[in-house]
Amino acid sequence: MTTSTTSTAPSRWERLRDSFLWYSFKRDRTAQLCLAVFICLVIAAFSAPLLAPTDPYDLAQIDILASELPPFWIDGADEMYTLGTDAQGRDLLSIILYGTRVSLLIGFGAVALQALLGVTFGLMAGYLGGRVDAFLMRLADIQLSFSTLMVAIVVGAVVKATMGSAFYSQYAVLMLILIIGLAEWPQYARTVRASVLAEKNKEYVDAARVMGLRSRRIMFRHVLPNTLSPIFVISTVQIANAIISEAALSFLGLGMPETHPSLGSLIKAGFDYIQSGSWWITLIPGAVLVVLVLSINLLGDWLRDVMNPRLYKG
Amino acid sequence: MALLEVSHLDVRFALRQGEVRALRDVNFTLERGERLGIVGESGAGKSVAAFSLLNLIAKPGFIAGGSIKFEGKELNSMSERGLRKVRGNRISMIFQDPMMTLNPVLSIGEQMVECLKAHRRISTKEARAIALDKLRQVQIPSPEKRLDQYPHELSGGMRQRIIIAIALLLDPDIIIADEPTTALDVTIQAEIMALLLELCEQHNVGLILITHDLGVVSQVTQRMLVMYAGRVIEQGPSREIINDPQHPYTQGLINALPQMATPGEKLNQIRGSMPSLSNLPSGCAFHPRCDFINRADGQPRPACTQQVPDFVESGNCRVACHMVAEMLEDRRLKEETL
Repeated sequence: MTTSTTSTAPSRWERLRDSFLWYSFKRDRTAQLCLAVFICLVIAAFSAPLLAPTDPYDLAQIDILASELPPFWIDGADEMYTLGTDAQGRDLLSIILYGTRVSLLIGFGAVALQALLGVTFGLMAGYLGGRVDAFLMRLADIQLSFSTLMVAIVVGAVVKATMGSAFYSQYAVLMLILIIGLAEWPQYARTVRASVLAEKNKEYVDAARVMGLRSRRIMFRHVLPNTLSPIFVISTVQIANAIISEAALSFLGLGMPETHPSLGSLIKAGFDYIQSGSWWITLIPGAVLVVLVLSINLLGDWLRDVMNPRLYKG
Repeated sequence: MALLEVSHLDVRFALRQGEVRALRDVNFTLERGERLGIVGESGAGKSVAAFSLLNLIAKPGFIAGGSIKFEGKELNSMSERGLRKVRGNRISMIFQDPMMTLNPVLSIGEQMVECLKAHRRISTKEARAIALDKLRQVQIPSPEKRLDQYPHELSGGMRQRIIIAIALLLDPDIIIADEPTTALDVTIQAEIMALLLELCEQHNVGLILITHDLGVVSQVTQRMLVMYAGRVIEQGPSREIINDPQHPYTQGLINALPQMATPGEKLNQIRGSMPSLSNLPSGCAFHPRCDFINRADGQPRPACTQQVPDFVESGNCRVACHMVAEMLEDRRLKEETL
């Protein structure tokens, strides 16, 4: 009787602990700091209902008389509102927490959609080649020739005009994920295609074909895992980009409605009051956005250096 | 009926400068449990022949004609689905470089289980048991541990053993080994070759061994083909060809073996190099390098430069050479006059 014992195999955690990734992380202060900041922001954002002193979505808790109160270190601040209030009298700390949650949700959602489309199309284009490749890559070129903002403005305007802005506000998160996801998939497709082209001529792909495996299986199980490192690296950049795109769209009034604001719509809402001295309504969410995007970008830089030593910009 | 019957196989590559014929008129058969060697210099078409047997020639190459019959079924016209059932399952292949053949991101066990599951309806547990059994057969130290290791954790010799285990996984009828020991350390080469031979004999598996090592061919195979510029120029029982090569090219190859040189002297070599397939010399492709081309009068034999030689039977061998044909004809005439 043959029974296989796996007791000698190291666990996933042991593998990670022995890996170069962990080694490099332990020595890189910037990466540690960025990851800490990023994780804090993510936890704070997603536990917003628990952490936030007030519920900014609940209209009954809003007191219009308490509008434009400054943060605690300025005279005239109310103890109840640590970071002050916005023009509608909502607690700024609460609304920033909720807004960060919306921004992150859109960022991750849009990148997941981009990755799904881009990786599938890139893999097919690179592996199958020929007409499939030509068609998908021209499609990507066409997609890239519109800027994200243009696509978003057109789609947003059309949806608003046909379905009404109430409908748009209701599904704004989904709409933004869809728009940003559709607009940026070629980034993934191109990166994946390039690495697939390099991978597919390697002998292990021939060996897999000789084994009699299906093309689909070779593509997803053999080639895809070998192209993961560039995918990870561009994912970080793309998440940061998606958050910024969302903020930009919201700033232009095409993103999240003011009742359920994201960081971008908060900045926009506060922008009108910056002249009247209430700078905090726009600057504090702005600072949160900058810190969030910066930490993601720096993490991405670190990841790129670790995963592709050849790219190291020494 | 032979297990594998290749007749008039013609493989071409459609390149920018026109079609290049990588294989022309290749004929051979392989019986169950028989071992066949294919020898030749780099670029002679050995690997193309191996890939075309499984109908896996990559674009721009294509099979332009001829037939490959496996158990009487034509592989050339078989559907992709039918071919998948043959590949890996009935005919498997071992590649040259064990560093490249295993997927770096999948563990050995995952790769073996995947191969088994592609062809048989079995559970992962059963597949792992079979994989472990095959790893034992290739005499790898601590086989249980290997299943969960990744290719980079193993040495070249061990990886080639694993590749042999994968080739044997589904008890195939034929293994095609494309220079299986070239990338290995010399001390390990002999070990791996002996293992492969032993396993083939044990399981009665047919072997097509592609190599440029004539020594290995004579030890391992029963019959052999010598290829030059996409054509088979001599074929027959390995021992006869090694002991009494007829074609000047085969003679040159054997002369070039290090053990044929006198100590202290330079090694023998065939002058010149293999012509490019897109620009073959007229007549016999070997004639610019042939030492026997000049007759007594110093002029090349007209047939050699003008006409592609046909096969002539010489003993148990078939040789494509004008000179051999002429000699045989002379001998026959002499015998007739006697």
